[in-house]
Amino acid sequence: MRKSLYSAGALLSLSALVLSGCTPNTANNASGTSADGSITVTASDTECKVGASEVKAGKVTFKVTNNGTKVNEFYVLAKDGLRIISEVENIAPGLSRDLTVELAEGEYTTACKPGMVGDGIRGSFKVTANPDAKPIAADEQALRDQAVTQYTAYVKDQTEQLVTKTEAFAQLVIDGKDEEARKAYAPARLHYERIEPVAESFGDLDPALDAREADLEQGQEWTGWHKLEKDLWKPSAAENDGKEYKALTKEERKKLAEKLVEDTKKLNEEVHADNFKLDVSAIANGSKSLLDEVVKTKITGEEEAWSHTDLLDFQGNIEGARVAFEDVRPLLEKKNPDLAKELDKKFKAVETELAKYKSGETYKFYNELSKDQVRALSDSVDALSEPLSKLADAVLS
Amino acid sequence: MTENEKNPGPPSVYAKEPVSATRRAALAGAGVAGVALAAFGAAATYNAAEHKESTPTSLTGKDAVPFFGEHQPGITTEVQDRMHFAAFKLTTTDPDEVKSLLKKWTEAARKLMAGELIGEVTSQEAPPKDTGEAQDLSAAHLTLTFGFGRSFFVDEKGKDRFGFKSKMPEALIEIPKMTGDMLEAARSGGDLCIQACADDPQVAVHAIRNLTRIAFGTATIAWSQLGFGRTASTSQKQVTARNLFGFKDGTNNLKVEDPELLTKHVWATAQNSPGHKEWMTGGSYLATRRIRMIIETWDRAPLREQEDIVGRTKIEGAPLSGGTEFTTPDFGMQGRKGPIIPTDSHMRLMHPDQNNGVQMLRRGYNYTDGTDGMGHLDAGLFFIAYVCDPRTHFVPLLSAITKSDAMAEYLRHTGNALFAVPPGVKDANDFIGSGLWEK
Repeated sequence: MRKSLYSAGALLSLSALVLSGCTPNTANNASGTSADGSITVTASDTECKVGASEVKAGKVTFKVTNNGTKVNEFYVLAKDGLRIISEVENIAPGLSRDLTVELAEGEYTTACKPGMVGDGIRGSFKVTANPDAKPIAADEQALRDQAVTQYTAYVKDQTEQLVTKTEAFAQLVIDGKDEEARKAYAPARLHYERIEPVAESFGDLDPALDAREADLEQGQEWTGWHKLEKDLWKPSAAENDGKEYKALTKEERKKLAEKLVEDTKKLNEEVHADNFKLDVSAIANGSKSLLDEVVKTKITGEEEAWSHTDLLDFQGNIEGARVAFEDVRPLLEKKNPDLAKELDKKFKAVETELAKYKSGETYKFYNELSKDQVRALSDSVDALSEPLSKLADAVLS
Repeated sequence: MTENEKNPGPPSVYAKEPVSATRRAALAGAGVAGVALAAFGAAATYNAAEHKESTPTSLTGKDAVPFFGEHQPGITTEVQDRMHFAAFKLTTTDPDEVKSLLKKWTEAARKLMAGELIGEVTSQEAPPKDTGEAQDLSAAHLTLTFGFGRSFFVDEKGKDRFGFKSKMPEALIEIPKMTGDMLEAARSGGDLCIQACADDPQVAVHAIRNLTRIAFGTATIAWSQLGFGRTASTSQKQVTARNLFGFKDGTNNLKVEDPELLTKHVWATAQNSPGHKEWMTGGSYLATRRIRMIIETWDRAPLREQEDIVGRTKIEGAPLSGGTEFTTPDFGMQGRKGPIIPTDSHMRLMHPDQNNGVQMLRRGYNYTDGTDGMGHLDAGLFFIAYVCDPRTHFVPLLSAITKSDAMAEYLRHTGNALFAVPPGVKDANDFIGSGLWEK
């Protein structure tokens, strides 16, 4: 279980935020740049002092300090004062936040927005030619939109497949066809594992669907995949804290299987709802989060304690992370092609390591791997996770 | 060379009286003889410790913490940098042996905290009573704090173990299972416990080692934990320490400068701890959790996420509602997407305002126990809190941190224990937990 990166979404949706009117700020050309080259912005409830009104093209960092009493925001807008180039929000009184943005030669508008309402306190800002700066893609917004469109479609497709396969699995469980149910279990879950961070963003759905026995607190009802897993694989007393495992009754099974289908359908509805919106930050961080899942529950063998089908979950997490990476890749190629290359290499290394344990359509059971083999998997995941944690910042700045 | 070092007097192995020189004084005796001589007389080098007067505790150097008092030391004492915590299982079934152990521990603890050796050397043929590794070290603000676990009173079936069941306070509960608990039996529970804290790790380890040695035959160590850095402060004089997430921890901790709050939240009474037993008056409840931090994934989380999880800025430690570290958080302040201090942030969930005003005195330590075989550090927080009643002051907060806290994603609780910590030892005739034997 994890808390959502999505609901806490870092980046303000880049859709229209209409700022009209124009209040001149009090910025001047005085020395407002810090030693590190950043531009100081001193905001209050009534003022927005931008330390410089002109810089050379390239990466520009604004250090925004809120000396006022209201929560403030700072925007860099296009010359028209409408299109947002970048912004930093939630600057509480007394705090400082940085905004780093790549700016091409041209005229811009800056704005502080004390209290997060109204048009903000505006000023004009000029970026002059810089032969040393890298050219900036004019079509960046198009690339962002494309990433969001593609990844959203992927998420929807995965939950649709998840519903179909979960329904089939549930029917096998209800009919008492245990052997077939055991075979259908992990391939159905694969779709869940691919989009796990998204599923986790819908409050109680993830615990209802995916809680492991260890996740429960005293008195909490256990539902979802893993309860059925335990009943399908029936642990010995030794595997069950020394206690004889008591099989579920037919009625209990039916109830659980039906709830699993019901909750899965809810998840599918959530991602198809109009208010389901992802952004580039969520996609890039989601890629990293999928690797976190591998580190935290798959490498340890905790996820599939009874079925030992962890490697298929592992594959799901990696595939999901790869898709997210590929969707933001065009942005990354423009901003940090070296990182794109490195991630490519490290993804391949994990995939190669994982493929060693492939057996037909599925994988070896996780408890059949030696300690050294698990360690090799773990090392390859760490090697990928570290650069992958730089992805969001790289595609956003 | 001084006169004394040339003529060190009779070898200590023949000494019949306890070595009562402090370790610090002993060191001074060897190195700065002139000073030592003034205090201890002509034969007072360490090896020739033949003098007969016992050095009063109060004279044992600036860095000794008083042992006797209304409350046990090591609770409101300014948090030292190092810790060695040990839990014990009683191997005896005889309550008299338990009493005898507690008396021996009391006597040894007094000496250890004073920076003295715990026993004289009597013979070249006998193993030294004091294991010796703290010999050249000062008292290092060592504090030793003793507690009684639920299993001291009753066995698993609730049966009286030593005849003290009727004295078991109601607050000494079994901590219920929490969301995501991965508790290990070998890191949990215990009949008795000793918390040793000091400025110097060797002094803390020396104390536990010697107290363990004294216990052989009556009690045996069940588990122990080293802590290398404090994560709390119990005095305004101390700067706020950081935990292994890199954030300041315990900014709003209870402090010794606020005795009224300590009376209200830390020291157990019939008023603040229903089912209180008289022998616990002046005592407290010590809750521990060994909380492993999944630091590798934490380190890969964007700063914004880290700060949203904690509810504070990383460097300054200011609440996300603004100001500086000690600014009162404004939980009502709205940001772009709801409260600027997120509803699942650690600070909000742990804040007294969100917990019926209850407060804990935290005294936890950072720990590292090597690696886990997967290339990841086994590191985290050994959480320690002192409260007047765990049912109101600990369990609800633990439930919130394990269930609703965004930080839970990066934590794994591997150990759990709760102990009743009796009041302090009054004087030389008293011993730890003596109230249990009073009618």
